[in-house]
Order: sequence, then structure tokens, then C-alpha cells
Amino acid sequence: MNISSIVFKRFSRNRLSLVALAVVAAIIFVALFASVIAPINPTIIDVHNVLSPPSMAHPFGTDELGRDVLSRMIWGSRVSLKVGFVAVGLAIFMGTLIGSTAGFYGGKVDALLMRFVDIMLAFPTFFLILAVISVLEPSIYTIMVVIGFTGWMDVARLVRAEFLTLKERDFVVAARASGAGNLRMIFRHILPNALSPVFIAATFGVAGAILTESGLSFLGLGVQPPNPSWGNILTSGKDYIEVAWWLSLFPGLAILTTVLGYNLVGEGLRDALDPRLWETERR
Amino acid sequence: MLPYIGKRLVMMIPLIFGITLITFSVVHLAPGGPVEVQTEMQLKASAQARENLRKLYGLDKPLHVQYLEWLKRFVKLDFGKSFVDGREVMKKIIERLPVTLTINILSLFLILITALPIGVLSATKRYSLFDKLSTIFVFVGFSTPTFWLALLLMILLGVNMGILPISGIQSIDVSEMGPLARLWDWSKHLILPVGISAFVGIAGLSRYSRSSMLEVIRQDYIRTARAKGLRESEVIFRHALRNALMPIVTILGLSVPGLIGGGVIFETIFAIPGMGQLFYSSAMSRDYPTIMGILVIGAILTLIGNLLADISYAVVDPRIRRENR
Repeated sequence: MNISSIVFKRFSRNRLSLVALAVVAAIIFVALFASVIAPINPTIIDVHNVLSPPSMAHPFGTDELGRDVLSRMIWGSRVSLKVGFVAVGLAIFMGTLIGSTAGFYGGKVDALLMRFVDIMLAFPTFFLILAVISVLEPSIYTIMVVIGFTGWMDVARLVRAEFLTLKERDFVVAARASGAGNLRMIFRHILPNALSPVFIAATFGVAGAILTESGLSFLGLGVQPPNPSWGNILTSGKDYIEVAWWLSLFPGLAILTTVLGYNLVGEGLRDALDPRLWETERR
Repeated sequence: MLPYIGKRLVMMIPLIFGITLITFSVVHLAPGGPVEVQTEMQLKASAQARENLRKLYGLDKPLHVQYLEWLKRFVKLDFGKSFVDGREVMKKIIERLPVTLTINILSLFLILITALPIGVLSATKRYSLFDKLSTIFVFVGFSTPTFWLALLLMILLGVNMGILPISGIQSIDVSEMGPLARLWDWSKHLILPVGISAFVGIAGLSRYSRSSMLEVIRQDYIRTARAKGLRESEVIFRHALRNALMPIVTILGLSVPGLIGGGVIFETIFAIPGMGQLFYSSAMSRDYPTIMGILVIGAILTLIGNLLADISYAVVDPRIRRENR
């Protein structure tokens, strides 16, 4: 049995994580096929049905322009998916690059890069994100990049810690002795063995990025209307807080479910990938 | 103890320098300046007028000169004047700081008194119903968008039931109230903001104290304490709890940037005149001096939070002091 099927077997032993994985898969499916699934065009304005409560025609009601909230949420799931994956991809790339450089070369390079990490961690992340968005134009692309560039520090620390222990291990020393160059050592021997904490961090990272995106869009600094996102539907929810509870309730539930899904998958992965737990089982 | 604190303070200096460098780069390396924002509404503003504005703000000088001048003033705690209303940035921040600090300190306190008992109880009664329920609470807490929770509670408690006010920190007629009524009014306004800013922290810290406690309970000295016949409550509270609390101090320090940054969203929602709201409005109007001032002060507050956490860690754990001497 290969390693990935062992991991999956261990992962699926936890019912809750398995359910969470199904939920996450379903939401990704909805996002990919939004154009087919959404019952109504999400940007069609209907002046006769402004702020109408949930009904058969509009299960989640309509917003202040009479647009169908369910359809807007289905299209909004694309935003969460895109921002989550692109931002985390960027963060993983930067974190792995900086963490492996620091861990592999050590010494002054390590000290310098880790001070950089400390400095970045000192900023309240939301302040830093807001400052960058204020000088750029707010858009979905801006927030992808900004969330990525402010979210790599934990990954860098994880990867560095893995490198520090791995580079002393016998198989790495043996590779060095047989004449492997630095790049070969990093990419062929050390990095593949350092990836499991990165996977786990990435899963939690997607959850965090979706939360941040929704917060930014809520403040009007993320996805710009008329494009729908879960966060900017909630902005209308706040504006019409006294008359239209459905504008607040449903998009928030969507965010909660999605983020909870990724967090539980991350937790399941952590248990499945933790070698310490493997050993206790063998005993 | 003093040499340890002194050493930590010296270590902060390069970090603060780095913080100023990143703050300056973030604000200045991107396209689009305050002059463009001020003039984009007025098509008639001539090139000459723009040039004059740039000179007024010192934006015509080379970047490194601008940075050095800013740094020189920063050392004297002078962040210059706001682009928006021409007032001293430092004064604007100091006005806003008390509200933000009050809310953060209250919510840290709330986090401590709720999360610790939850964590300790679920560790000592592992796999019990309480443990399972609190684990669910932790995951839901981590995954809840706080601004959404704020909206729901505003609808429920403010709009539908009318129990709590939903914006600001005082009522309009506050000047006519006696001191007690004023305190009551103030508390009612703070319940939702403090509760909501503590919410995520409670989830995080109770999870953390649970695993910290589980870690300690497995140790030999706990087995020894049990073996010599101590009552379970004595084992937990005298022997286990103290050791489990130590790493939690660090986590509290690390939660400072999250609390300060989170202020942006809920201060905006609840219309609380704190640092987060000031930062949001400065970011919207590209008020560079204020943005830079708040970024630097926010980061320095974080460093101070970490420092306090490390010092209290060293106070409770003599091993740390000796290692770092």
C-alpha cells in the first residue's frame, strides 16, 4: 500500500473529517459549475421584488436591488474558492522559499531571514492588509496577493524547523557525502520530507484566507459590486439590518460552513499525517 | 531579572527599525498618491497645483530622503500632520488609543476567565460530553466571521429585542446622566464589542489550555503527586495547573496583534471611535502620515505585548532567566 492510501485510510477513520471533506468538495463543485447551478442571473435587477423575504421563487430572498440572494451566493462561492487557493498558494510558495533557505543555509542568512519574519509578525495583519489595499486599487486580485504576502510567515517557520532537523539526518548526510549539490539536496532530499506540515498549514490557511476575504469585501475593500461575494452581500445585510435579516443570515452561514469544513479537514489531516500517532498504533 | 529585560529591550531596536522600513515601503512604493486622490475629483486642478501640493507634503523629494526625514521625526514621536484635517497624527492616535486599549484589555480579561476553566475542565474530563461540546465550540469559534456574529447579535439583541444599543460608546443624552447611570450606559455599549472581540480568542485559548493541560497531566511529577495519595483536586490545582499555565502566558502575548487588527472590523460595525476605525478611515482617504503612524504604533504595541509575556514567563519559570543570561 502506498503512502497516500495509508494517509487516506487514517483520515477516513475520523467521521467528522470525512463529512467535512464531502462538504468542501460539494462547495468546490458548486463554485466550478455556478453558471449551471445558479437559478437566476445574479446581476439581474428586479425593481418589483426589492428586499423580498425568502419565498419559493427566491429561497434566500432578494437584496436591495431585487437580485436573487441564493444565485449571488452561488456565484460568490467562486470568489472564496479563488481567493482561498491563490492566496494560500502564494503564501506557501514564499514561506517555503524563505523557510528552506533559512533552514538549509543557517548562520547569518537564517538570522537575517528570521528577523524579517519577526518584523512581519509584529504588524497586526489586518492593518498591514488594509494599508496595502489603500494604496492599490481594491479588487479580487489585490486581495489575493495581499493575503498571500501577509500570510507566509508561519509556513516559513514550519519549513525552517523541518529543515533544521532533516539536514542532520543520515540520509541527507549520505546524499551530501555522495556529492549532491545544494539544490539537489534541497529539492530532492529535504523538501519532499518537509511537506506534510505545509499541507496541514495550507488547509488551515485556505480557511483563514476565506475569512479575511469576506471581512475585506464586507468593508468594501475586496470584491467590488456588482460582482457578488459572500462578504459584500453582508454589507447590504448591515445597511438593511432593521428590515432584511436574510441578507445577513445566509451568506454568513455559507462562510461559516466553508471555513469550518476546511478547518476540520485540516484537523483530520494533522491526525492522519502525524507520525507520532502512527507509532502508538503499531505498538 | 533586570539584565534579562535589558537584553530583550536591546533586541527590540533592530525590530523597530525594520518595522519603520516596511511601513514606509508599503505606503510609498505603490502607485497612486494622496495628491491624486485629492485632485481626481477636481478635473480643473492644474499640473502646477498638483506640484504645489506635492511640495507641501514633501512628496517631491527622493524616497530615501523622505524616509530619513520621517524617521528623524519618528524618533521624537512626531508622525507629522494628517493629510485630511491637518491635525497632528500623534494627537489623533492618542485620542483614539484609550477606547481601543480598554476594549482589548477587557476582552483579554474575558478570554482568560472563560477560556482557562473550559480548557482545564475538558482536559481533566477528556472525552466527556463537556469535552466534546467544547471542542465543537472551539471549531465553530475559529470558523465564525466575527463581523457576521456581530450583525446577528445586533439584529437579535439590538433591533428585535431592543436590549442593547448597537452603535457608539455612549448614548446621545449621556451628559444629563448621573455618574452611575453613565457607567451603566457605557457598559451596555461595550458588552457586544468586547464579547465579540473576545469570541475567537476564547476558542483559541481554551483549545490551547486544554492541550497544555493534557501535556502536563502525563508528566512523571503528576504521577508522583497521585502516588503519594494527594486528593485529585490538589493534584490538578496545585501541581498541574501552575505548570500548564506557563506557556499560556506566551499565547496571550501573541494574541495582541490579532486583537488590535480585529478592531478595524468591529469598531467600524459598532461605530466605536477607536484606533481601528481611525485606521479604516485613513486608509480610505490615503492619509499616509496617519496610516504610517498607526502601523508603527500597532506593531510596537505587539512587541510590547510579546515583551510583557516573555517577562512574565521568565518570572514564573526560572529556567528561562538562566538560559538567557
